[in-house]
Amino acid sequence: MKERIPRQDMPKQIPKVRAKNFDEVALGYSEETAVIEARRCLQCKNKPCVAGCPVEIDIPAFILKIRERDFKAAAKILKDKNALPAICGRVCPQEDQCEKACILGKKSQPVAIGRLERFVADWEAEHPDQSEKVENASPKSAIQKKNLPGKAAVIGAGPSGLTVAGDLAKLSYEVVIFEAFHKPGGVLVYGIPEFRLPKAIVEREIEYVKSLGVEIKTDYVIGRIFTIDELLQNGFDAVYIATGAGLPSFMNIPGENLNGVYSSNEFLTRSNLMKAYLFPEYKTPIKIGGIVAVVGGGNVAMDSARTALRLGADEVHLIYRRSRTEMPARIEEIENAEEEGVIFHLLTNPVRILGEKKENLPGMWVKTLECLKMELGAPDDSGRRRPVPISGSEFLMPIDTVIMAIGTKANPIIATTTPDLAINKWGYIIADSETGETNKPGVFAGGDIVTGSATVIGAMGAGRKAARAIHEYISQKNQP
Amino acid sequence: MNDVLETTWLSPQVKWFRIESPDISRKARAGQFVIVRVEEQGERIPLTIADFDGINTIDFVVQEVGAGTRAINRLQKGDRFLNIAGPLGRPSEIDRFGVVVCIGGGIGIAPLYPIAKELRKSGNTILSILGARNKDLLFWLDKFSALSDELVIITDDGSMGRKGVVTEPLKELIAKNMKIDRVIAIGPAVMMKFVSIVTKEKSIKTIVSLNPIMLDGTGMCGGCRVEVAGVSKFVCVDGPEFDAHQVDFDLLMARQGIYKNEEQECRIRGVLQ
Ligand SMILES: Cc1cc2nc3c(=O)[nH]c(=O)nc-3n(C[C@H](O)[C@H](O)[C@H](O)COP(=O)(O)OP(=O)(O)OC[C@H]3O[C@@H](n4cnc5c(N)ncnc54)[C@H](O)[C@@H]3O)c2cc1C
Ligand SMILES: Cc1cc2nc3c(=O)[nH]c(=O)nc-3n(C[C@H](O)[C@H](O)[C@H](O)COP(=O)(O)OP(=O)(O)OC[C@H]3O[C@@H](n4cnc5c(N)ncnc54)[C@H](O)[C@@H]3O)c2cc1C
Ligand code: SF4
Ligand code: SF4
Ligand code: FES
Repeated sequence: MKERIPRQDMPKQIPKVRAKNFDEVALGYSEETAVIEARRCLQCKNKPCVAGCPVEIDIPAFILKIRERDFKAAAKILKDKNALPAICGRVCPQEDQCEKACILGKKSQPVAIGRLERFVADWEAEHPDQSEKVENASPKSAIQKKNLPGKAAVIGAGPSGLTVAGDLAKLSYEVVIFEAFHKPGGVLVYGIPEFRLPKAIVEREIEYVKSLGVEIKTDYVIGRIFTIDELLQNGFDAVYIATGAGLPSFMNIPGENLNGVYSSNEFLTRSNLMKAYLFPEYKTPIKIGGIVAVVGGGNVAMDSARTALRLGADEVHLIYRRSRTEMPARIEEIENAEEEGVIFHLLTNPVRILGEKKENLPGMWVKTLECLKMELGAPDDSGRRRPVPISGSEFLMPIDTVIMAIGTKANPIIATTTPDLAINKWGYIIADSETGETNKPGVFAGGDIVTGSATVIGAMGAGRKAARAIHEYISQKNQP
Repeated sequence: MNDVLETTWLSPQVKWFRIESPDISRKARAGQFVIVRVEEQGERIPLTIADFDGINTIDFVVQEVGAGTRAINRLQKGDRFLNIAGPLGRPSEIDRFGVVVCIGGGIGIAPLYPIAKELRKSGNTILSILGARNKDLLFWLDKFSALSDELVIITDDGSMGRKGVVTEPLKELIAKNMKIDRVIAIGPAVMMKFVSIVTKEKSIKTIVSLNPIMLDGTGMCGGCRVEVAGVSKFVCVDGPEFDAHQVDFDLLMARQGIYKNEEQECRIRGVLQ
């Protein structure tokens, strides 16, 4: 009876040890474990799990190949739909997607689809295919270059931009990605920490996209150096905007500009992209007090809290205004954070940050955080029960560093420099969910800049659909 | 791209660079800045575009204050910046205002120059006041003398020009009852604060260019936030120039000091290396 095999655990570093290092927490399946886990899959004819995956990976097919120990074939099936399987296997909220739809989940535990995906992607990386390598290494020949069907500009080298670029390059388009930072990868490099997604994996995937012929121009802030219109006038047939939702939100409570208050974007970028955790070998500093409060309940909050622990905080308190069931973070990361010692304060909301002077340091520094207790009221627009403050429940927490991880908004640089591009009232670009088309001819958009903060796989899915639409658009436009 | 074409030491701690950067040069406007890196382990360091030819080159003037700026100033002709992103920030407002007092303090003289130059071109009368702690931190007096209708030089220790601080000649100009249409002050936060106090009394429109600690320079981290008219603003995208009379300079100075201890550590290690 296949169902009798229990869902296979993935080994992890033990909490006490890992809370002090930046190495990856989860260690991945061995070949043996992967094959055992693969045997649990019932190979359902109607494939309910596939419908749960935003990029429609043929899940039973790749799992069957694992069972047959043909890992190379499994990898091929994954790559067919998902350019970044090593990343999605690690960061997808599987419990809300593919695994939620798995038939086995109804009675017991779903197949560990994400873990299997990760296993296959890592196996492939460890067993590079020589023949493929050679093919990739030779750039598109000069003769081919002349007959390229067109040229596309992609703005932002996050998962959405990388996907669209890879797909268009495969269709022989000349593709240039413009990225504001000095490194491509978007949130995958500046947001998600090393211990959850090793940067070597992201680099590997970026190298793959480059090997398809995509050019990545870093240090190009579009809107400033070129506007969208300038790109269209200067030889690009189409533009795909994938700039993410990178504007930090603050709570607008008193004391938020005190020294010692960070946005999660700043805190994580200093640590991840600038490698402040290796200070002073790496020159970008980060300031971490003994007691740290992280405000929020999503992946960003978990990442910030766990990073603070690893940077040497004595205590890390996570403050979230709803209850645990409403937390938007991946379940695995909530569990990891708790195991590592992050202290949760649920149904709690900060209302004020109080400061003090510090010896030998200028300015006022965070000293205490005043919070209110909350209770859950009627459901709001998002369907989650709305937290309401309990009057008179104020209390004080001694805190040295506050990290605001309460979400992000749309960065206005592109919108303000492209006045005829339609945006909604929150500043996100309005784009067709099937094609990525905006109101401006030749301009497409997708990922977080359209949906608001969402998921890596969602941003990739948007890129994939847009690549098809851009292909169609340019083919029609350039018809002789 | 990013190649150092020419350099000159303007003083023992201040170095001028001309860089090949055609894309930025074509787009740059007075008042904008770039963010550079010179080594893989290095910080992202904001520098004002001190001049540009509009075709191929941009210029910076860099004063050594810590490990990052010291690494930059080690670069020589033929070397290359690892990264240069820009132009960032909003360009200066250039118009025919009338009489404009341009006040530059220390390294602030460099960012002031392209603005003063544009204002001159637009037909303004330019009265310049350039100050620094001592003569080693002063530069480009000839350039300013060429574009100014009047130029006052002042040092804290009197090693060049008058002895004193920039607010003194400013107060004298005001005392002469001269009509001043605008003041532009760029320099250390404390200098800008005191200039602002002087001009606020007389309601003279005053623009300052703020220099908080920055990280991305694109509005993504919020680290560069300051309070302007009681509201949080991100200097890299909403500025760097603001109405001085609305700026909370004490907060700016407080936030500039967040990494004081860490900077010291970097400096000490730099010396040991
Ligand atoms: C800390 C953190 C943890 C997360 N954890 C998870 C997780 O576990 N699972 C999950 O599925 N999702 C997670 N997410 C969400 C996920 O990362 C995003 O939904 C996804 O990265 C969005 O992809 P994107 O390509 O739209 O944008 P981004 O990844 O944000 O990339 C946008 C890129 O565009 C660049 N850019 C911006 N403006 C410009 C411009 N004007 N010119 C040029 N370039 C520009 C940016 O520098 C950036 O590189 C997390 C997010 C964060 C911040
Ligand atoms: C918009 C803007 C334009 C600037 N233009 C110039 C210029 O044209 N020439 C020039 O010499 N300097 C300029 N600066 C200042 C320059 O960026 C800092 O001196 C430099 O970053 C200091 O780095 P450091 O490692 O040498 O010194 P550190 O030892 O790290 O710090 C010394 C001082 O610099 C400040 N500082 C540190 N890191 C940063 C940072 N990332 N951003 C801003 N300030 C920081 C600190 O508050 C401290 O007061 C500008 C700053 C800004 C924000
Ligand atoms: S990409 Fe994500 S949702 Fe799709 S199968 Fe893989 S883990 Fe599941
Ligand atoms: S639903 Fe579950 S058991 Fe069925 S094919 Fe998909 S993964 Fe296998
Ligand atoms: S430097 Fe990050 S928002 Fe301005």
